[in-house]
Amino acid sequence: MSEAPTTADALGAPSRGRSRPIGAERHHGGRLARLVRTTAFKLTLVYLIVFVALSLALIAYISSTTARLIDRQLETAIDGETSELVAQFRTGNLFKVMDAIERRSMRPDASVYLITDFSGNPLIGNVAELIYDPADAQPGKTFPVRYNRLRSEAGEPTHRAIAKLSVLGGGYRLLVGRDVEDRIEFSTIIRRSIRGAILVVVALALVSWIFLSRSVLRKVDAIAASSRRIVAGDLARRLPTDQSGDEFDRLADSVNGMLDEIERLHAGLQEVSQNIAHDLKTPLTRVRNRLDEMLRHRPEPEDAEASLAVAIEECDQLIRTFEALLTIARVESHSARISLEPTDLSALLADMAEFYEPATEDVGMRLTTSIAPAITIRGEPTLLRNMLANLLDNALKYGASDMARVDLSLHTEGDKAVILVRDHGEGVADAHRARLTDRFVRMDAARSKPGAGLGLSMVKAIVGHHGGTLDLLDADPGLAVRIALPLAP
Amino acid sequence: MKVLIVEDDTDAASYLARGLTEAGHTSEVAGDGETGLELASMNEYDVLIVDRMLPKRDGLSLIETLRAKDRQVPILVLSALSQVDDRVKGLRAGGDDYLTKPYAFTELLARIEALSRRKQTADFEAVYRVGDLELDRLSHTVSRAGKPVVLQPREFRLLEYLMRHAGQVVTRTMLLENVWDYHFDPQTNVIDVHISRLRGKIDKAFERPLVHTVRGAGYVIRADAD
Repeated sequence: MSEAPTTADALGAPSRGRSRPIGAERHHGGRLARLVRTTAFKLTLVYLIVFVALSLALIAYISSTTARLIDRQLETAIDGETSELVAQFRTGNLFKVMDAIERRSMRPDASVYLITDFSGNPLIGNVAELIYDPADAQPGKTFPVRYNRLRSEAGEPTHRAIAKLSVLGGGYRLLVGRDVEDRIEFSTIIRRSIRGAILVVVALALVSWIFLSRSVLRKVDAIAASSRRIVAGDLARRLPTDQSGDEFDRLADSVNGMLDEIERLHAGLQEVSQNIAHDLKTPLTRVRNRLDEMLRHRPEPEDAEASLAVAIEECDQLIRTFEALLTIARVESHSARISLEPTDLSALLADMAEFYEPATEDVGMRLTTSIAPAITIRGEPTLLRNMLANLLDNALKYGASDMARVDLSLHTEGDKAVILVRDHGEGVADAHRARLTDRFVRMDAARSKPGAGLGLSMVKAIVGHHGGTLDLLDADPGLAVRIALPLAP
Repeated sequence: MKVLIVEDDTDAASYLARGLTEAGHTSEVAGDGETGLELASMNEYDVLIVDRMLPKRDGLSLIETLRAKDRQVPILVLSALSQVDDRVKGLRAGGDDYLTKPYAFTELLARIEALSRRKQTADFEAVYRVGDLELDRLSHTVSRAGKPVVLQPREFRLLEYLMRHAGQVVTRTMLLENVWDYHFDPQTNVIDVHISRLRGKIDKAFERPLVHTVRGAGYVIRADAD
């Protein structure tokens, strides 16, 4: 089963035959396999490895330093005793040394002592047995020995020690050693505690992993279940939150915010589709009825021609409405294909004013302009012209009055270019003004004039795409449309 | 005029062919891009009408290939894609004009007639003459019956376009696109008012008007009154 996207998918072409509902997870293996795949497991594993490695390194460092320290202390003790005994040999004689050794041997933590003669025979000492490798036994060096104390019980294992050999003179040799069993015991304890600690850590990690995975999986499962229902059409459903403020809660909160927006858009879309259906069906029905009537009544050729001409005109109007709807949809979707470029808004407005000026005069009005020069915005010229054409068309259609004037102005306010189109007609009541930009909304005064009620929706979409704001104001008399667009940086 | 229609929708193609025959032209139809390219490479046509979306080879690729072969035949691109950038793409590929479906047949006819004549009438002619009306493209002056007529720059361009296509119908959309380079659909009769102003300057004082309105289509400038 290949999940790699095909080229067609990557290009956004509709894919066939491999739709999989969102959140429908595949079950590979059993529960354990699912637990192992969780992020919690991976995190736990990483923490475990890092923690154990750190602990090991730390303990190894401490124990090796401690062992070295102990060794050094033992050596210092051996050196001290050796030099004392050598000094006694120098100032007195062998017997004085023997005395000293005997005295020292009484102490509970006595060192190991042995004096041998020139042929290596032991003369005195506190050991019953001393085993070492003669090759190690160089004077002044520390070497390991094994020994048994005098009066030790039979079968008792030999003790380990480290020792140093020194030459007393006259062929006598002195060996002083210190027991290292305690030190070895210490290392063993450390090793054992390390082993125990690791076992505890691993056990704790395992427990916390299972706990974490299960609680995380539970939340994920809940979210997946909710998403599936939402995908299935329950748009009002939201992802569960437990107000704990954890990552899942935050994620669910933002997804829920997104769902609110989607639901709102969806509702808007439905309303628009219904409006569109209604407003397109009405003229289509008119055309259909007209043709139907012609078919049934077989009118005179001149009448038929007139009827057909009207039918064609109605079809053309429908096509224009479609075009307008498509443009609005395209602009509202902020299509990336509409690129905004630095545009001389002053020149564009002046051109449009020149274009509309004769038509304004034709309906007995005057177009007065006040256009500040060299105002540049980032825009799409065709859309901007379309926007102005809609506003000027409206002003010509609805602005008739005694004043007989349409004002078009452009100036800057802060970092905005402000376009003002004002007529001196009857204006629009406050209550209705806000609805003017909705699709297919037409005021009673407009019903008698041509148009589909899409002009201001188009203007709103275009202004929105340019990052601007649109305000419909009561100019008393007349309607003033104020558009603020961000200036080019 | 001999026209090649490259269009896969047989209904649309025969509608076009019938209309062209009625208007006194001959036409051939190619049902896909490859056939269209083959015919256009082999035969001489006055105009090509090419749909953008075609089986086997799409319209823009057909046009690009023809242009790469240095075939200069005028081409009208037909498309259901109506946005400005679609239009720009069609023209950039080598099309001479772009018309959006659905279209009025009169609009299409006016456009292909303008295209085909363009081949013959020189873009290089310095002076256009229609009857006793003269337009000097170099000095930007206009005179009728020897008397100078003062026009605004835009009026001059409007008259220039009409006179370049003297005897041919030009539609309001053609004027809007070619004189103003505007690509929107004004709801009011803006173009008509511009024409009537122009008439006021070049026709009003004279017995025989030159600019005529063609019902349901547009305007035509010609010397012989019908």
